[in-house]
Amino acid sequence: MATNKKTAKTDTASAAAGVRARLTVYPRPEILDPQGKAIADALARLGFDQLKDLRAGKSFDLTLAVDSAAEAEELVRKMADKLLANAILEDFTIEIPAGES
Amino acid sequence: MRCGVVVFPGSNCDHDVYHVLKHVLGQEVVFLWHGDRSLKECELVVLPGGFSYGDYLRAGAMAAQSAIMPLVRRHADAGGLVVGICNGFQMLLEAGLLPGAMRRNQSLRFECREVYLRVERDDLPFSAGYRRGQVLQLPIAHAEGNYTDSASNLDLLEDNKQIVFRYCNAEGQLDEESNVNGSTRAIAGICSPKGNVLGLMPHPERCAEEVLGNTDGWPLFASAVGALSKEALSRAEVHG
Repeated sequence: MATNKKTAKTDTASAAAGVRARLTVYPRPEILDPQGKAIADALARLGFDQLKDLRAGKSFDLTLAVDSAAEAEELVRKMADKLLANAILEDFTIEIPAGES
Repeated sequence: MRCGVVVFPGSNCDHDVYHVLKHVLGQEVVFLWHGDRSLKECELVVLPGGFSYGDYLRAGAMAAQSAIMPLVRRHADAGGLVVGICNGFQMLLEAGLLPGAMRRNQSLRFECREVYLRVERDDLPFSAGYRRGQVLQLPIAHAEGNYTDSASNLDLLEDNKQIVFRYCNAEGQLDEESNVNGSTRAIAGICSPKGNVLGLMPHPERCAEEVLGNTDGWPLFASAVGALSKEALSRAEVHG
């Protein structure tokens, strides 16, 4: 309760600032990634011959009002399952930077 | 018999469907708003094409979370008719009312042109006006219509005969060139196991009257209206 004075007082400094998390969503390996292929082709045309593979994904930076990294991870996983990633096409990873929580 | 066309921010085929149902087929039609908490007793619910929420996140993903969607799901679960066209099909997938997902077109282009479709089912509320194997010409206009699902789910779709339309050539044969967006197994439209929910990428509402030079889309809406009228008739007989 943000409006509850008592809770606000007992919040730790880090929880008041929130826990930051990064969700990275990318196409599953077995799914054709036409966008990634087009980008890889363009890089090859620019002379980046070393490029062996490229997958195009997207990332989400979230700040969460939770007390621990574990809580943050569980919450972001739920968000990914429900909306932010499509399990048929995409996989995802969750990173919580060291020092969060 | 009342039909409802759900309007989302960014829908742009809502008026076309409204026009076909009201002025071509003479039905009562209302617009439903995505935030509505009632389907206003509509028996046929249409999720129209467009770019709901600017296709943010994934096409149809935001619209699938709208307040009206649980009502659409309840309507579908009760056997009610629901059709999603283009962006509406994407919404049905994102909402889990139909299985699968859409990738970007294999060409990476927004494909806007006439395509040929082969009718795979002619025994559904939405397709009774066609005959199996018939080749239709319908327009498409989308960037994400490259349908896919896991191999096992695709087999399930085939076993349950849930594939209603496939992209084909003018002779009704499947070939790579005619598969305009690269869809797995040339899938252009699928239905729920009971057949009361249909999703398709092509736009039947854009070719449902003579003046447009193509009426191949007309039987889809006429079939649905006919199915509902028949149902109303049998209800009336039962209840005397």
